[in-house]
This record gives sequence, C-alpha cells and structure tokens, in this order.
Amino acid sequence: MPDHSPSFPLPASSSPPSETATGNCHVLRDKPPAPTAVLELRVRNHPGTMSHITGLFARRAFNLEAILCVPLAEGATSLMLLLVAEEPRLEQVERQLAKLHDVLSVHHRKDLSPGFFTRLTAAASPAPAG
Amino acid sequence: MKTTGARLLRTLLERQGIHTIAGIPGGAILPFYDALHSAGQQRTIRHVLTRHEQGAGFIAQGMARATGRAAVCVATSGPGATNLLTAIADARLDSVPLVAITGQVPQTLIGTDAFQEVDTYGLTLPITKHNFLARSAAQLLEVVPLAFQLAESGRPGPVAIDVPKDVLTATLEVTDWPAPGGAVPPPPCPEEEIATLARRLAAAQRPVLYLGGGVISSGAADLACTLAQRLSAPTVCTLMALGAMPPANPLFMGMLGMHATKGTNLLLEEADLLLGIGVRFDDRATGRVAEFCPHATIAHIDIDQAEIGKIKLPYVSLVGDAADILRRLLEHLPAQSRPAWRTRASHLRQAHPLRHPPRAEDPLHPVNLCQFLGEMLPIDTILTTDVGQHQMWVAQAYPVRRPRGLLTSGGLGTMGFGLPAAIGAALAQPGRRVACVSGDGSILMNIQELATLAELRLPVAVLVFNNGQLGLVRQQQELFYHGRYEASRFDVVPDFAALARAFGLRGIRLDPAGDPLTDLAEALAAPGPCVIDIPIEEHANVLPMVPPGAANHQMIAEPELASLHA
Repeated sequence: MPDHSPSFPLPASSSPPSETATGNCHVLRDKPPAPTAVLELRVRNHPGTMSHITGLFARRAFNLEAILCVPLAEGATSLMLLLVAEEPRLEQVERQLAKLHDVLSVHHRKDLSPGFFTRLTAAASPAPAG
Repeated sequence: MKTTGARLLRTLLERQGIHTIAGIPGGAILPFYDALHSAGQQRTIRHVLTRHEQGAGFIAQGMARATGRAAVCVATSGPGATNLLTAIADARLDSVPLVAITGQVPQTLIGTDAFQEVDTYGLTLPITKHNFLARSAAQLLEVVPLAFQLAESGRPGPVAIDVPKDVLTATLEVTDWPAPGGAVPPPPCPEEEIATLARRLAAAQRPVLYLGGGVISSGAADLACTLAQRLSAPTVCTLMALGAMPPANPLFMGMLGMHATKGTNLLLEEADLLLGIGVRFDDRATGRVAEFCPHATIAHIDIDQAEIGKIKLPYVSLVGDAADILRRLLEHLPAQSRPAWRTRASHLRQAHPLRHPPRAEDPLHPVNLCQFLGEMLPIDTILTTDVGQHQMWVAQAYPVRRPRGLLTSGGLGTMGFGLPAAIGAALAQPGRRVACVSGDGSILMNIQELATLAELRLPVAVLVFNNGQLGLVRQQQELFYHGRYEASRFDVVPDFAALARAFGLRGIRLDPAGDPLTDLAEALAAPGPCVIDIPIEEHANVLPMVPPGAANHQMIAEPELASLHA
C-alpha cells in the first residue's frame, strides 16, 4: 500500500492530514526522493478520459504522484501534467498512453520538477480540517 | 429523416455491412430489438439468439476471426454486460476486431443502483481497445462508425458501446449520414529501415522467421512464406499464426515454445538472427526471456509501436503493416540458398519428432486423432478449439493448412471458446465444414450453445476429447506438484452423446473396442451438426513441455519423464 500521508511542506495553517487532503488528486508520498518525470498529455475532455489514463497506470502498478488537469481553449481538449517515477518501464507506459484514443499527444516536460506541483498545492491553501 | 436512437443504431450497423449479430435481449436494450423487428420486409440484419451472452460474444469472435472483419454482439445492461466481459477480454488479448453493444439503464438512473445497473463503461475500460458511453442519440452518428474504425485499424481489438435506454428511445432528425468506419492504413514504414533490415537479413547465416497472429490479421501469410523461401529461413509459428505456412513446407518448424517439438526450440538456440513478424514475445512462446534465442540478433516487425522492445530489445524494428513491409522488403532481397542451415533444420526436425504410439496400436491417442482429423477433414475446414491439452495436441499434430484455418483462444486461454466460435465461423463462411475440438472440461463451459447450434443446423462437428479430467491441470500437478491431484478429476462425466440428442443434435460415442476411426470418419462425413464423444486415455500428457518459467531448452520430453517417475 502506498503511504498517502502528505509530507511536503504545508502552508501556514499546518492542519493535520484531512480527508480533503488525502482524497485529493495532488498527494505526494512520504518516500526518499526518487528520480521523477513530468509527462504532458493533451487529451480529449470528456468524463471517461481520466479513468482511461489513471487505469493504465494503476494496472501497471505505477503510482501517479501528482496530477494537474485543465481544459484548453474551447474545452474540447485538456492539458494534463502527471508526476511519475522515472523508471525504465516508463517508456513502455508512455507508448501505451499514446495508443489511447482519448490521448492526443504525450511529451516529457524536462523543464518541470516535482516542486512545480508542490508550489501549486501551496498556492491553493488546502481548506482547514473539519 | 425522423428516427429514434434505436433505429439509428440499426441503420448505422446496416451501413457498416453487418448482416449477422449475436445477442440476448433484455430490458435496457429492448428498444434496439424493437428497431430490428420494425425493419420488416427491408430487414438485412439477422439476429442470432444465443443461450448465454458469453456465447454471443464468442459467436461474434468466430465471425470476426474467420473473416478479419469486425463482428457485433449485443447484450442488455447489468448481467448481460458482465456476461460479455470474458469474450471481450479474450478479443483484446488475441487482437480480434469486435464491437460489443450493451444496453444501459436510462441516464437519469445511472448511479442510483437501478435494476440491472452496472458500470459497464468502467468494467470494459481495461479490456477494450476503446469504449464509449453514448450520451445522446446524435452521438451514435459519431460513435458507431468510429467504433468500427478503431476495432479494425492498426492492431485490431474490441470496442464497447454502452447505450442508455433513453438514448435508444430519443427521437432525432438525421440529415447527413456518416461514412461507415473501417480500417485506416497505418503510416508506411520508412524505406531506409526496410533497407537496413534487408542488409541485416542478407548478412545472417542462420536466420529464423518467427511468425505471429499479426501475419494472419494483416493478410501477410503468403508474403511470409515467400520471404522464408527467398532467405532459406526455417520458420516457427506462434499458436496464433498456425496456418500462415502450410505444414508441408520443408521450412516449416511448427509451433515454438512451451509445447514445441524439441528440434524447434533447439533450432532457435542456434539462430543468429530472429525476425519476429506480428509477434509479441509471449511467455508461452519465449520461455525464460533472458535465455530465448541467446545467439540471435532480434529484428521485429509489428503494427503496434508499444510492442517494440516490450519484452526483447530489437536491433532493428519496423513499425507498420506487415504485408506492406514484407512486400517492400522482398524487393530488396535476392534469393539466398543457405544449404547448411536448411540441412541443419531438417535434421533437427527429423531427430525430434512428436512421440506417439502407432495408429494401429492406439488409434485414439490424441496425436493420432489430430493427424487423422487432418486427413479426414476438407482442406478448407475451419477448426476451433477450446483450451487445455486437446488445444495443444491440435497445435502439435493437426495440419492447419490455411490462414484462419484454426481459431483458438491464445492469449486469455478461455475454456468455453470453441463451440460458440465454431458457430460464428460457420455463420460467416457458409458452405465450409467447421469442427470444434474440445475437452470434457471445456465443452461444459458453454454447452448451452448446443441449443443455438441445433436451431441453426450449421455444419459444426464437436469432438470431445474425453479424459474425465481437467487434463492440463492434472498434467501440471503430475509434473510440478509431485502428483498431488486436487480438483482436477471429475467424478461425474456426462454422456455427451445423450446430451447432444437431448439438444436435438446427432450424438455419437466412439467405442475404443470397435473400429473407432471408421466410426469417426462416418460421423464426420454425415451432413449437419453433431457431437462426437471420444474417450481418450486418462493420463496422456502433452509432451514435450517447458516448465512454466523455465528456458525453452529445458524441455521435459518422454525420456526425462520416465526418469522423473523412476
């Protein structure tokens, strides 16, 4: 079982881990820093897309450390950023991702680091517990 | 034109050229069945009512595997949909183009645990190439042709369309009809990569061709045979590729891997170049991967980029349609004779034949039976199998002489595949003899489809290799679990001939004490469907065998087996 306790520096409120925090998409694991990669996906924006993508990772026991997804322009497509472990088999997973009908493109974002997601989370100031 | 979602769905299937669909109606899908009925005199789609949705899924698979074109199965929501899942997953693993249409509860009830509600979209997600939940009747105009396009393009596979009842009953005005969906050719493989492969092949001294199901689905079997001839390259086939090369071809080395003959696996040990075409380096073919073809440079042709380097890193890889690539590759290659290598291959083949008692001594030995079937059945017979020992005996000993001449569940290994797939093949290829070789374990898993067969009166002969066991399980327990037999023997085995008659079919049980092969020939020569119960020796094993997880050179053959028991 992955450890879902958030260890990244939380902003001032420093509330204990709440349902909201662990139930959210952007949870970082309490593990020594492992090499990570950020993938940028352009995807069709409809209710099934996220299941297809998360399912593909889950079936291969690949943890998604962080997810950011925002609609683009007219809303027909979305941009998705995924933080994942950099492992040799990631390349195979990327090829499988590229085969999904709902995934339009897959790129490595070498310019982005895990800190990108941490800063976003901090800026969002998680709601206080209770 | 004013229409309903259900009639629109029917029309879109008609426009796809679909003539036969298999399924079972139920509440959520009933508007579609009403639309089938309302076609009246203009009706072009025949519906085959099966006795279980899994049967419908495998009948559709039989049609698709026999023709290469996407076929359709239909089920209602809830249990109808869950019963289809095994057939859909099976199509996924063997890359079979299938369009599965399921009814769903009305959208207002989705998520309320309504009667016969299940998350079909979620359930089919990991076992389809793509899946849809149609949210409006108008969406069907896009979704249905796209489903066929996705199912048939590139590496084929199953596509599921879940249609809520309110989408089927909704009315809409259709003015522009979409073009039917079909296979879209993949981008051509770059010429320089083909030239590189040609140079590498020309420089090889001991090349082997390794053909997979992709050769069949791309229609590249003849080209692969020409390539083998041109290169003087001995050729091995996966289970899915049997039929790609006629067994009489002197270069044919049979199936590789777990149940190959020893000579075939030894040849692969000696190869200096292995060209895989439409293969996925499945563990049943490669054995322990690190020791597979230890001296060979790997070259790989496949339509699916994700297969390249998945298991074995190739030196050269070509992504594209196998038929297109082979046609262009042949233009680069002069004939090469390689007499020493050809001699070596034929020596290995002769030195390690399949071991079995002579026919006169033991006519019902499974290997003798499969060879006899090869002599008795017409050359254009479509043979289906179930899964287990009988399937491997067929792969070893039955001569599959044409592409799509053997339909079998390779990847998922689904017991219960054979009978409905045979019905589907017979529906899709009228006039051809279809035989289903099954076991007493497998046949019971979709036995209810004998009722469907009795209705349709198709020329399907079901041959039950009856050893009263889950034979392949028993064999593994004997070889790898010190003979601790658990749950592999049936205390009660039904009288399959009587069972057939109860369904309204001809049923015959061969008598080992009489002249069973003559009786078998007579039973096969008579027209129409039949079930032939064939008692076989209880403890016969499929040999040679590579233990699961072992390297292919560590085969257990008859002599080793004898010492194992000493």
